[in-house]
Amino acid sequence: MNTERDGMKYTEDHEWLRDEDEVLIVGITEHAAEQLGDVVFVELPEEGATVTKDDEIVVIESVKAASDILAPMDGEITEVNEALVENPALVNEDPLGDAWFFKIRPSDRAQLDDLMDEAAYKKLIG
Amino acid sequence: MAPLDRLPLDALHRALGAKMGAFAGVEMPMQYAGVMDEHRHARTRAALFDVSHMGQVVLDAPADTAAAALEALVPQDIAGLKAGRQRYAFFTNAEGGIEDDLMIADYGGQIRLVINAARREADMALLRAGLPADVPARLLSDRALLALQGPEAEAALAPLAPEGAAMRFMDVAEMEVAGVPAWISRSGYTGEDGYEISLPADRADAVARALLDRPEVAPAGLGARDTLRLEAGLCLYGQDIDSTTSPIEAGLGWAIQKARRAGGAREGGFPGAARILREMAEGAPRARVGLRPAGRAPMRAGVPLYEGESGGAPVGTVTSGGFGPTVGAPVAMGYVPAAAARQGHEIFGEVRGKRLAATVSDLPFVPARTKR
Repeated sequence: MNTERDGMKYTEDHEWLRDEDEVLIVGITEHAAEQLGDVVFVELPEEGATVTKDDEIVVIESVKAASDILAPMDGEITEVNEALVENPALVNEDPLGDAWFFKIRPSDRAQLDDLMDEAAYKKLIG
Repeated sequence: MAPLDRLPLDALHRALGAKMGAFAGVEMPMQYAGVMDEHRHARTRAALFDVSHMGQVVLDAPADTAAAALEALVPQDIAGLKAGRQRYAFFTNAEGGIEDDLMIADYGGQIRLVINAARREADMALLRAGLPADVPARLLSDRALLALQGPEAEAALAPLAPEGAAMRFMDVAEMEVAGVPAWISRSGYTGEDGYEISLPADRADAVARALLDRPEVAPAGLGARDTLRLEAGLCLYGQDIDSTTSPIEAGLGWAIQKARRAGGAREGGFPGAARILREMAEGAPRARVGLRPAGRAPMRAGVPLYEGESGGAPVGTVTSGGFGPTVGAPVAMGYVPAAAARQGHEIFGEVRGKRLAATVSDLPFVPARTKR
């Protein structure tokens, strides 16, 4: 699993971003999945949508409550993970791998510099 | 805000790794292994819930005196309640609304009540005001309450309290559980077979551990308790019923026995009888129904309900809703106009600004498996 984390960036909203050439893959952290509890519903953005940082672009509902995932940066959604819609429990099973939410092509890669590295994120969640 | 009360079994919950949260002023275990697993365990094996936040009340009077006096406060036939039996009941108000729902049990000589945690003070005030001086009500502060729920509850309890197996749904009895004197009812809040076990608070830990040692049993928190009762179509006071909802709107007319209905031996005589008996005869303008959302999105409490896919004013509201782990889909209940309260009727809930279809459905979503 360690290779999955190499070079990952994190937001304060418990999202991870993994750089994959032109696009960034985005998911939620193990900590976030654990806090949410059993995920039962996921609503994804439209592919091709242009989003602004902090837009509420994903709805995620656990047995307990509904919450949002915010766009981590400005850009275009190039792909969404439809498997999550069919099987929301993937978010609990493999948050760092199969349960990625969307891919985003950033319009300003400099926004990546505002994100946390793993050490900083670990400090955040204590 | 007042500091949270701690349960007698607080240390045990923490040792079991519970996530704790506040409910009705008490720090409660919300979940252990996860709501979904705990829910499934209660449906397939046996789950142990600590429900010591519930109020336990005794009426210090001969049972027949206390039972007769209680009939001034509830529309149930309490005078006809037999020794060793329990009945679901509700306190009504002058407008025919519900002040709380509760269990009333006759432990052969003493009437005991179990009331909702959030209504402890209100109920005690209501009892003191509504019962005669020779029927004092006493809220017990030295007892714990455990709920053992699931198809294997009987098997799990049997080695610790062999007499429990002979009980039927809504029987109550005093017996020892693992050597500790207990008040037991065969009932619960999940739709499953099971027991509620009242214990001296200072001896509850040993009983809880003895039950958890049984291979059938796993601990479960308030999260699973809520999904279980929702699938079972059971009301949560403050959400599905409150001081404005009548028992008839709420679909609880079945809990008003013949003796208190129009033409019964002790017709009326409870607060709000005029409205409640009228609605029993003529029907209520709205009704609590089950709702099955067509999609995967849960419809939670507060979601407004509409007759159409667009336009119009809301015709009702979801009062409880979420994902039903046993159903494997979202389930909800709420109030709709009487004309819409028929199985299969399509209605729309507005979730995040979108109207989503749902079908009016019979309750419960998961059939009760109590031991009748």
